[in-house]
Amino acid sequence: MIDFTKRLLKTPQGAIGIFLVVFVLLVVVFGPLVAPHDPEKLSPLARYKGPSLTYWLGTDQYGRDIFSRLLIGARATVVMAVLATIVGTLIGALIGTASAFLGGRADELIMRTIDAVMSIPSLLFALLVVNLLGSSTVNALVAVAIAFAPGMARITRSVALSVRKQDYVNAAVARGESAGYIIRREMLPNVIAPIIVEMTIRVSFAVMLFATLSFLGLGAQPPAAEWGLMVSEARRYMHLSAGILIWPSVAIAIVAVGFNLLGDGLRDALNPRA
Amino acid sequence: MIVYTLFVVSLIVFAITQVLPADAAVMMLGENATQEALDALRATMGLNAPIWQQYLTWLWHVVQGDLGTSLRTGQPVGPVMFEALGRSLLLAFLSIGLMLVLAIPLGIIAAIRRGKVADMVVSLISYAGVALPEFVTATIAVLFFADWLKWLPPTGYVPLTEDFSRGIAHLVLPVCVISIILIAHVSRMVRSELVDVLHTDYIRAARLKGISRGQVLRRHALRNALLPTITIVALDVGYLLGGVIVVEEIFAIPGIGRQLIVAIQARDLPAIQAGVLIMAATYSIVNFIADILYAWLDKRIQYD
Repeated sequence: MIDFTKRLLKTPQGAIGIFLVVFVLLVVVFGPLVAPHDPEKLSPLARYKGPSLTYWLGTDQYGRDIFSRLLIGARATVVMAVLATIVGTLIGALIGTASAFLGGRADELIMRTIDAVMSIPSLLFALLVVNLLGSSTVNALVAVAIAFAPGMARITRSVALSVRKQDYVNAAVARGESAGYIIRREMLPNVIAPIIVEMTIRVSFAVMLFATLSFLGLGAQPPAAEWGLMVSEARRYMHLSAGILIWPSVAIAIVAVGFNLLGDGLRDALNPRA
Repeated sequence: MIVYTLFVVSLIVFAITQVLPADAAVMMLGENATQEALDALRATMGLNAPIWQQYLTWLWHVVQGDLGTSLRTGQPVGPVMFEALGRSLLLAFLSIGLMLVLAIPLGIIAAIRRGKVADMVVSLISYAGVALPEFVTATIAVLFFADWLKWLPPTGYVPLTEDFSRGIAHLVLPVCVISIILIAHVSRMVRSELVDVLHTDYIRAARLKGISRGQVLRRHALRNALLPTITIVALDVGYLLGGVIVVEEIFAIPGIGRQLIVAIQARDLPAIQAGVLIMAATYSIVNFIADILYAWLDKRIQYD
């Protein structure tokens, strides 16, 4: 584990990625506690303010403190994205492993069906699901999870199939190890690693998908401090103060880049040959 | 294969539109319609038949090219959707073109200068590219290039046949916004494929034979490294179509994405069904062509 952490921190991607993700997680946990202002308090006299000592990142079209809104909105944005990715990955991993395990006709049928589902763009799929369930944050979570499942199923299946054929699995079979031992000690550790890498990168896509849903009016609803919604609301007032638009964008970018870098760093650290 | 895909998509689409809390008869006659009028309309629209029968009827019409009538406008859905698809495809083709022109050279430079400054710059570009969703880059682009610099029009669509130069001016920002994420993704893929190929034995053998680096790159490495790009680009079309939805909404381009959003917001079931089917079909056809192209270019692969 220590060895692994060292390898992760040695790559520039891993080091920066860890730094950004830890920073984001700290904001998620402690953000609401340290927020200097009430994120929903309207101050008609302090609208469109630039950064100052009272309002670190300025104020928005209603005079709300942008910095506080970002700190509070981190939960709505990041936690939801992580949860949706985990749920989607679990569903996908289950389908993928089952498909690889069943093999033959069933595998063929499952994979063809997955291909078909993937021919609907994931944003469109999420839009349809949210419209079906009604727009709310929880429904957006379900929508993103369902939209991610087919892709994860495909990846899990291909990894599981290739691991099954590896020499070390054959060696374990030849040694006369039990099926349970082979799956637990030989296959799982090698299947999980690529899935975790993929999952980490997907979190950044989930953040974007959530933000996009909110932007289209189908995710979080005003006056929530969700970052995508903040960008969406800022569009009408952006020529009055660019800050309303820029800061939530920067926040989204930090999360997306952080998880992307971490995913790449993990891939390198888990795969020392490359 | 495509037939099976479209069959599954039609099932999904029909299932979703069936569960959607919208009653087609109420939608057409309004909330205040009498019970008799609703019943009569339901009977003529076949809404009282069992679901599977409704599905088969719908499917039969779709196969014959009749995508249904919009609940919102009362016009046939098919012609409207295909006209909108044309505008979206123009946007998509221009974006893919711009992406290929930029992403492939970037990927090649990064691979041959691996670990050097050029490589770092390219990977920095690609991380920046995947950092922001389209609606954010689009909004920022409008703020910069339309509001502040006033170089380009902020939104709107002018057909190229009507006024070519104004039409292009309206397309510049949308095309750039859509291609950013694609450029980031594809340039990284080209880089990693080329890095892998450059480490193979046949490349080393070619170098040892005394062939110059440029020759090896052109005649051996690139041919093998660029092949998988076809598949990646084809798979990215799904992402592209999603991006098109957002970008069309922001730039007010009357393409299929915008039609779909309007249809979804109005719960216009036939329009939703038609739009999703057309998008899925586009994706499947592109991937089918990519598979054939791949097999044609790579003689090692044989499809039955």
